[in-house]
Amino acid sequence: MPGSLRIVIAKPGLDGHDRGAKVVARALRDAGHEVIYTGLRRTPEQIVRIVMDEDAQVLGLSSLSGAHGFLFPRVCELLNEAGLDDVIVFGGGIIPERDRSALLDSGVSAIFGPGTTSTEMVDFLDSLEV
Amino acid sequence: MERRELARALSNPQDISCPPRIREPWSVLGVTGSPGVGKSCIVDKIVKSWVDEGDKVAVLAIDPSSPVTGGALLGDRMRMSSVDANDSVFFRSIATRNVPGGIPAMLDRMIDLLFHEGWRKIIIETVGSGQSEVRVVAVADRILLVEGPGRGDIIQAEKAGIIELSDIIAVNKSDLPGAEKVAQEIKLSLEMSDTKPPAILLCSAESGDGISELIETINDLPNAKGPSIAKARERLLSANQEILLNHPDFSDVLKSLVADEISIADAMALLKGA
Repeated sequence: MPGSLRIVIAKPGLDGHDRGAKVVARALRDAGHEVIYTGLRRTPEQIVRIVMDEDAQVLGLSSLSGAHGFLFPRVCELLNEAGLDDVIVFGGGIIPERDRSALLDSGVSAIFGPGTTSTEMVDFLDSLEV
Repeated sequence: MERRELARALSNPQDISCPPRIREPWSVLGVTGSPGVGKSCIVDKIVKSWVDEGDKVAVLAIDPSSPVTGGALLGDRMRMSSVDANDSVFFRSIATRNVPGGIPAMLDRMIDLLFHEGWRKIIIETVGSGQSEVRVVAVADRILLVEGPGRGDIIQAEKAGIIELSDIIAVNKSDLPGAEKVAQEIKLSLEMSDTKPPAILLCSAESGDGISELIETINDLPNAKGPSIAKARERLLSANQEILLNHPDFSDVLKSLVADEISIADAMALLKGA
């Protein structure tokens, strides 16, 4: 169990809904983590820069716009290019089942859809070795 | 030092060893004020202006940790989208906990490191409520206090502490009714003190009114002639507090206090001579 983590919660792309991301941020804060929320409509480049400057170990990506198939792998690719391949990436939002294996292959470690309890997410973070 | 290396080093401020920064010209601006007055938006404008002038600007945004869980939600960068991909801006969120040795001392080291690495303009942003926050901002060379309309009796709420330390007071949201009245009230209350009052400026981060005047006034601030009494007082108090917090018996004494076994006076006696 890694103890307190620094976690960036990000909203990539043109997606104006962040209720879910905020609820997740709050739940992870209450679990004792330091959570940095990026705000809406960030580019993959901006997100990678934020992860670097904030020295975060974990990145949570939230998307409800349907563009996850491009945005999530792009963020993972840029993380690798920046030498941040040790950062754990998880995703959430509206991600259809059929899209998930491609995202997991691209470097996303876990995907949490609607109905996920905050305990599930906290347990996932507790299981990380960082 | 590469950017990532720098970011990592800032996570372990107790291990930083680099020469202290040069104090002249001044380089560290503290920005404080109550939640919701528009600190982040004003910081965004200052950063943009300094970057346009060719400066490299680092922002350290400090937010309180939950005393119960130790967790923190750091959202200061939400309003600073313009800086997220600029190579000349380094933005770091800091939670007050998890900084061994106390925030003011560690902040000093982080600032020295950033300065050493070429970040010659540094902004500390903090919520301006509570004595510990005043201490954090006292690390800065120059201090900007942001106020806004519709906050009731501000002077009463803020007490002397932070106003005493401020070099400039910006009354933001001048596009909303009541801003002018707030500026007037602050002016009046400051006229009663003996020391030279700070500049009071009206501005609106929303409309842009008064922002360039504010930034000019900040840029024209003279170098501090050594720390003022109020600032020195805060630094001394925070150093004293660090001694207390780092005392090996601190948590045991705390437990005895909770269990009602000792009084505060007993506790202070036990923690003396650290």
